[in-house]
Parts: sequence; C-alpha cells; structure tokens
Amino acid sequence: MRAFTQHQGIVGPMDRANVDTDMIIPKQFLKSIKRSGFGPNLFDELRYQDEGQPGQDCSQRPLNKEFPLNWSRYANASILLARKNFGCGSSREHAPWALEDYGFRAIIAPSYADIFYNNCFKNGLLPVILTEQQVDILFDEMAATEGYQLTIDLMEQKVISPSGAEYNFEVDQFRKDCLIQGLDEIGLTLQSADAIRDYEQKRAEAHPWVFGAIK
Amino acid sequence: MSARTVYDKLWDSHLVKQNTDGSALLYIDRHILHEVTSPQAFEGLRIAGRKPWRLDTNVATPDHNISTDPVERAAGVEGIPDVTSRLQVKTLDDNCDYFGIKEFKMNEMGQGIVHVMGPELGATMPGMTVVCGDSHTATHGALACLAHGIGTSEVEHVLASQCLVSKKMKNMRVTVEGTLGLGVTSKDVVLAIIGEIGTAGGNGHAIEFAGSVFRDMSIEGRMTVCNMAIEAGARVGLVAVDEKTVEYCRGRQFMPSGEMFEQAADYWRTLVSDKDAVFDTEVVINGEDIAPQVSWGTSPEMVVPVTAVIPKVEDQTDPVKQKGVERALEYMGLKGGAPITSVDVDRVFIGSCTNSRIEDMRAAAAVVKGHKVASSIKQALVVPGSQLVKAQAEAEGLDKIFIEAGLDWREPGCSMCLAMNADKLGAGEHCASTSNRNFEGRQGNGGRTHLMSPAMAAAAAITGHIVDVREFVGEQS
Repeated sequence: MRAFTQHQGIVGPMDRANVDTDMIIPKQFLKSIKRSGFGPNLFDELRYQDEGQPGQDCSQRPLNKEFPLNWSRYANASILLARKNFGCGSSREHAPWALEDYGFRAIIAPSYADIFYNNCFKNGLLPVILTEQQVDILFDEMAATEGYQLTIDLMEQKVISPSGAEYNFEVDQFRKDCLIQGLDEIGLTLQSADAIRDYEQKRAEAHPWVFGAIK
Repeated sequence: MSARTVYDKLWDSHLVKQNTDGSALLYIDRHILHEVTSPQAFEGLRIAGRKPWRLDTNVATPDHNISTDPVERAAGVEGIPDVTSRLQVKTLDDNCDYFGIKEFKMNEMGQGIVHVMGPELGATMPGMTVVCGDSHTATHGALACLAHGIGTSEVEHVLASQCLVSKKMKNMRVTVEGTLGLGVTSKDVVLAIIGEIGTAGGNGHAIEFAGSVFRDMSIEGRMTVCNMAIEAGARVGLVAVDEKTVEYCRGRQFMPSGEMFEQAADYWRTLVSDKDAVFDTEVVINGEDIAPQVSWGTSPEMVVPVTAVIPKVEDQTDPVKQKGVERALEYMGLKGGAPITSVDVDRVFIGSCTNSRIEDMRAAAAVVKGHKVASSIKQALVVPGSQLVKAQAEAEGLDKIFIEAGLDWREPGCSMCLAMNADKLGAGEHCASTSNRNFEGRQGNGGRTHLMSPAMAAAAAITGHIVDVREFVGEQS
C-alpha cells in the first residue's frame, strides 16, 4: 500500500450528497477477477453516455460532457471534493479500488458511510472530514480558480488552500500511523513476522507433521 | 491450567500473539483455495509485491462453477461455457502455477469440492486450523479442527502472513444422546438441531457436537453435521477426536506415516473437552426423537419431520415469525396444514459439500436400486463430491445402479447447490436436495428447495413427491 504523508494536487468535484458505491462503480464490473483496472469505470454511469460493460476499451466511449470530472480543468485531479455521506451502499471494496486506480489519493467531504470510510484506509486513500461550511468554501474556490490545488498534510492533520488558509481535521491515530507508514492490514500483521517465525519453530518441533506434507 | 474445551485447546495452540484490544493473531495450518474467492487475493499479493508465506500449507482446486456434464467436462477448461467461470478457473490455474501452489486441476484425480477433498486427501489433519474462502469450511471440524470460512481479503492475509486477526468465540455444546432410528441420518440430526436452535442459535459460538449419536456416527456423517454449523449461525462446528478419527486419518495421501503418525495420533487423542470444561451455552436433544427431516420453507430452520404437516401462518404466536412463515409459504407455493409428503418434486439433487461423500452415494443407491425415477421428475442429478468418491462409487457399481434407475451420474463439483454453473432449478420448480441452503433463488431464480438426506432425496426421485424413506428401508430389511 502506498504511504500517505503529504499530498498536493488538483481538486475535482463530485457535487452531490449520498453518492453510493453503485454510482462509484456499477455492479456489472464486480464479476471481474481483478482488483485493479477499475479506474476507467469510476462513476461509469455519470461519466459516459452509453452503458458500460466489463472489458470495454473506455477510451472509445462517448463521454458525458456535462460531468465535471470530464472537463479538462479537472483532468489529473487527485483530490476529490465531495458532499455528505459519500460512499453509502454496499460494502464492496471495489469502490476505493476504483477511486485509487483513477488516480485519487484523498477525498474531502463532510461525512462518509462507515464501511467505505474503513475501506479507504485499507487501500491507501485518505478520507478527510471537514465541516459542511468548509467544504462549501472549497467548492466555491475551486469553481473560481482553474487548476485549483490543495495540500493535504496528514502528519499535521491539515488541509492548506492556495490562500494559505488552514483547515484542521481529525483522524484516528492508529489509522493515521498505518497510512503514514503505508501499512495495510497485512503489513501490520507482518510487523509481527518474528513472532510468527518463533511460533512456527516451536510448532514444528512439537507437531512436525503439520509442515511439509503438501508439495 | 483450568479445564478447557476442544475449541479452547485449538485456540491456545495456534495463538501467535494476543493483542490488548481482545483480538489475537492466530496461526493458520491449512489454507484451501478455489476459483471464486481467490483471484483478487492473488492479485493483491502481486500488487503489493508479496509472496505466499508458506507454500506447503496451501492446496487448491476448482469446484464452484465448473460443469458437471461429462461431455463439457471432457472438453477441459476451454469447454466451460460461461465466460466468467472459464476465466476464474483459468485464473486459478495460472495463479497456482505462478506462485507454486499445489492444485488439483479440474479433471485431475484428487480434484473435488474443497470440503470433500481436504479430509479425503489427508490435507485436513486433526488439531489444525483450517480456512477457506467458503462459509462451509466448518466441515473440517469433524476431524477436531478449528475450521471456518473467510472473505477474499482474508484469503490474501493468510496467503501473505499465514495468520488471521481473530477474536475468540464463545463455547457451545450440542449434545445428542441415544440411538438414531432406522432411516435417520446425520443430515436429519443436523436439520433437527437447526430446527431447534434456529439459524441464529449459534451466533458468536463455536459449536461442539457431543453425545453418543455423534460418537456412533462415521467421520463422513460428522462432516455433514459440522458442515451445516453455519446454518445454525456458528462459523465453527467440531467433534472431539476418538479412535474413529484416528483410523479415518491413517494412510491418507498427505498424512504422516509410520512412527510420526503414531506420534501425531497421541497428540490428536488429547483433543477432547476436559470433563469439567464449561460451555457458555448448552443444548441437549434426544436422538431417539429425531425423525427424517425435510425443510418446507426458505431458511434451514424451516424444517419439519417428514411425518408432519407444513406449518400454518395462524399457528405462529410471534408476529415476526408469522410474517416469515407467510412469506415463505408464498414463495414455496405451499399451503399450511398440508402434509409435507403431499409436495410434488420436479428435480432431485444428490450432492454438495454436505452430502456427496461415498456413504451418501451408497445410501442413495441403496434406495433407488431396482426402482425407476418417477416419470414426473424432470431431472435427478447425482454429483459425487470428488474424483476419488466418483472412482470409488464406480468401483462399487453405484453409478450403474443410478443410471439404471434413471438418474444422471455427473462429474464432481458444487453443481446445483449454488447454481453457479448450468445445473439449476427453473422458476417454481421444487427440488429434493441434499444441499445446505434453501434460501430464495439459491438453486436458481424462483427455485424451491427442500433440504433432506440422500436417502430421502433418492426416495423422492422414485415416488415423485416427498416421502418417508422408512417406507423404503422397511421394504429392504
């Protein structure tokens, strides 16, 4: 998992409340055997004029020109500015996979659905919570300024705007540590690698038949 | 040390690290993989640049969505008609080749339903922790294993670290004493237990099945019981080790041999609950009272003895239950108050990780021998649980008995239990099924499942309706 300490990038909008996981990545893409490559299908129904199917070459599909993330000024956006209850609906981890694969490193919203919020941290995405008023200000500034960028400093737990305004945010210490170190749950367990090896050594002495049987 | 249950002993012996928040790092001895829940786990490893922690712990096989039709099967992986299924099976093959994981490929001797394959190859050994990306993994608890299903992200976690972050469950003991009547099988026992405690009865618990009924049962029968622990809400079901367990293990492919086998067996014999061990929850059922069971509704707890009538909505006192019964009767197209034996059957399915082992094949064959499938039956499938079961059944001539009686003898796989391949029910069709779940649509959209034992399903194939198998058993004895 990619570590997250500080990130500066272009901000793109998703200006509606209760964006659900089916909107983030429609269900027809769940049959995949992959967990990568969902980026071209992020917000598929909003982004394209046709109905998306798995395995398509999305570069040939007709874009919905009304959809802001299709506008050149938001190309290469890596911070998604969103509204409340972002990521509601199913528990599918495909939602953060798609956001991450598209190129987003962080989301800023007033609130998130619980499971989605958890899933973001597992996949190296930082979901920042600011107040509705603060999010309103950022939406206004972004609309007024082409190429609008924000800096998110996870170490200091701050969002810094081009004007120098700083917005503090809260994040669970444990999750923060994992993101800063780029540790997913497996990475965390592997920090106990020595304990696992010690266990295996003792076990192999006591119950040798458990090891080496399957070749 | 204070008195411990089998589950306590298994937990203690696999504890790598106890965390302060109550969770623990638990060591996993055996990891079984199949085509549906593993692809993203392998890809996760690749993305993170990780390798499997240990290779000699993993064993893989395709089972969930492969064809059971002999002609399609003979065409190999390329012959799998559904694109997604074909891709999943190919991907499992590729991943196992790439990472060096032992796989029994689709048409290879050894292949089978994961929960049939593991024990019969001796990959599952008593005292192990066993996991698989499938909720019926508790099956392996019949060999006194701590076995449970896991999700895809946990499949990746186990591959990468050989551990799981777990929380200890509560202990529950279900004791069934007495002797089972003629025609009453392990399937009837577990259905009766689920009928008694309900589908949430075992929530948060590891269930130990104890008492003379389980002691008298074969290991295969114990697997049928543990298999359905999840249908009683428990992720873990198990039976303590006895001499039957030890003898079952002797001589199997991956088992130790010679002196090491005896050393292992000495340890396995300690896997019994201490006399003074305390269980958080105790359930006692009289084995003599259990009749052959049939499910009438859309949840495994909606089960009645074959001698009973289908429940009526108005007989339910609890309004929530009343609604559930009403909805289930509507879906099943049944009338409360009618005898369960009045239900006509369209298809019969004998198979699944619950009931596709050799003794299940024998029990079904014994009933159909010398009879013909009723003309009203559209299809009667017999799907052996593994290549080894199939070979053994054919060596005993069981395939011929089935074919002569008019049943289809198929290739090993999960088949109509979950209808991920072409074996499925049409809307409104009733199925006498030896599988484990009768949820709405489980065996095909609009399909109506009646769970029962292999002998009962075989009897239904012959009469064309649900019938008390004891009428057939009586005729034979």
